[in-house]
Amino acid sequence: MKILVAIKQVPERDARIRIDAAGKWIALDDVEFRMNESDAYALEEALLLRDAHGGEVVVVSAGPERVGQTIREALAKGADRAIHIDCDNLGDYDALGSAHLLAAAMRTEAADLILTGLQSDDLGLGQTGVILAELLGIPHSSLILKIEKTDTGLKVLRELEDGWFQHIEMPTPALLTIQSGNTKLRYATLMGIKKAKTKEVRRVTSEELGVAAEKTVALEKVTLPTRQKSTQMLAGTPAEAAALLVQKLQQEVRVL
Amino acid sequence: MSGVLVCLESRTGELSRISREAIAAGAALATSLNTTLDLALVGPSTDPGFQSLGGATVHAIFALEHPLLAQYTADAYTAACAQLIARVQPDYVLFPHTYQVRDFAPKLATRLGRVLLGDVTAIHVESGTVTFTRQLFQGKLNGIYRAQSPAPCLVSVQAGAFRAEAPQPTTATIEVFRPEIAADSVRAIPGDPFRAAAQTVDLASASILVSVGRGIKDQANIPLVQELATALGAELAASRPICDAGWLPMERQVGSSGQTVAPKLYLAVGISGAIQHLVGMKASQCIVAINKDEHAPIFEVADYGIVGDLFEVIPALTAAVRKARA
Ligand SMILES: Cc1cc2nc3c(=O)[nH]c(=O)nc-3n(C[C@H](O)[C@H](O)[C@H](O)COP(=O)(O)OP(=O)(O)OC[C@H]3O[C@@H](n4cnc5c(N)ncnc54)[C@H](O)[C@@H]3O)c2cc1C
Ligand SMILES: Nc1ncnc2c1ncn2[C@@H]1O[C@H](COP(=O)(O)O)[C@@H](O)[C@H]1O
Repeated sequence: MKILVAIKQVPERDARIRIDAAGKWIALDDVEFRMNESDAYALEEALLLRDAHGGEVVVVSAGPERVGQTIREALAKGADRAIHIDCDNLGDYDALGSAHLLAAAMRTEAADLILTGLQSDDLGLGQTGVILAELLGIPHSSLILKIEKTDTGLKVLRELEDGWFQHIEMPTPALLTIQSGNTKLRYATLMGIKKAKTKEVRRVTSEELGVAAEKTVALEKVTLPTRQKSTQMLAGTPAEAAALLVQKLQQEVRVL
Repeated sequence: MSGVLVCLESRTGELSRISREAIAAGAALATSLNTTLDLALVGPSTDPGFQSLGGATVHAIFALEHPLLAQYTADAYTAACAQLIARVQPDYVLFPHTYQVRDFAPKLATRLGRVLLGDVTAIHVESGTVTFTRQLFQGKLNGIYRAQSPAPCLVSVQAGAFRAEAPQPTTATIEVFRPEIAADSVRAIPGDPFRAAAQTVDLASASILVSVGRGIKDQANIPLVQELATALGAELAASRPICDAGWLPMERQVGSSGQTVAPKLYLAVGISGAIQHLVGMKASQCIVAINKDEHAPIFEVADYGIVGDLFEVIPALTAAVRKARA
């Protein structure tokens, strides 16, 4: 099975969020980056499928130079090779535009299966995979927890709301967006890290792919959210704050 | 005739709450833009649910009927909605942001050469210009978006972001719309929905919940919050990553894919407050958040907040509760 995995590099989960001078995104100067959480699970599912059925895992990532580090991490974990869509102005593309970039790089690979994360931790669009499937003309399913190979294609487990689930069968090639948390992620071994250095990373630019930055929706500015409730913040040492809270729970909330 | 079209979702014959919220969002938008409001729902027009859709402001109601729509598939729903949009020619198409909408609305938008403005929390109209707010960085920031393409503009609204109104009888005509869907264009075969193993704890009936998130760092630290829960006479609940990791059983998960709770007191410990968690506990009577990050979104819904290291605050709180109870 030939499997492509779309991997996005995003700011570290605990990164301090500061709005940049233009008010259009966050300041990135002192931010650390990592692999998007659900993409790490997509990669893990791909590696498990390859280990069970043979084939190849190719990771695809669009972003600037620094994305190379996340690509290396994926290769160190066991991906066979990578395509880096070298693109400094990803912010100039909307979801359709970046899906066009990914689609252009993926089309010639003729994969059996394409996996993406369920949603990115920065933009949180939760759309790129579904758009990609439509652009490539292949069936998709989202919020996937488990993938089984069948004689005719795939049988997947999809998460529904409120603790419900559903099985779905579909032919390949297909695209699945993977939900976080269903498997244990492997670590890169020392050997893996060493091997990653020799693996192929093909770089392509948006010009080479022939996908110009165009937008049908634009992010005009970013702002800090406002509180929906007036929160009473309880200050002091941990003991003082705790005593204050107990007092509130007794007198105002009346649960103690 | 252009206007606002709201595509609704019903489960077991009843309109979901978030669908009513989408109607409210659509009605407000239509009023601001001085245009019409249409509704669309999959199902037979004879369904009694249709009679209570909307109220006086609704212009037309479309009943989407086709055997291939009986069970959801992205292919059939995309085809049906695309044909309805071609017929109605709306300026705006609104959806409730459900798991089903997440699965097909981006595909529908792509087919129309558009991008869905997904999971929107607010819609503002100012001198004819419409902007949409959606959350970034799991709720730590808001992004203000604007559509830059010609109509239609596709939007899905977040659960709880707009206030639903009570069902109202409608005077609008109910029009049956029969899309053409070729059987071989539907590529997936969906199975029947099922539930995981039976629940043994009923979080919904607990009056106090101590809920723990990834801030707890390690399974070995769970007893710390268990002690607090015991002191308070509370049940232990958790955010999703805690249950995914197997540190607590899945039946204790609160949120969109877990349980919905509304206790007297919900104490969130080391939980950031992502929307998928908030939808499961926002209705609690009193919310207390303990988090080391003063900007954590959980504080936006909290009645009381303590900014601090849970490894210091929780033992202090457990001691203070024990003292108060002694
Ligand atoms: C389709 C879908 C469905 C989902 N369903 C659910 C669901 O049902 N339930 C759910 O909970 N999530 C769900 N999620 C996941 C959700 O988006 C969040 O990822 C999740 O809720 C985050 O959990 P958390 O707050 O525990 O972890 P994090 O977001 O990692 O937050 C940890 C928090 O702990 C704080 N912290 C760290 N150390 C300390 C310390 N020493 N003292 C105090 N505070 C500390 C940090 O400041 C941070 O705010 C779903 C996601 C998707 C996409
Ligand atoms: N720049 C990118 N490079 C590679 N994959 C991406 C990129 N942007 C989005 N994706 C993939 O699409 C998924 C959903 O992203 P989003 O639609 O932004 O929530 C991510 O989890 C990735 O798998």
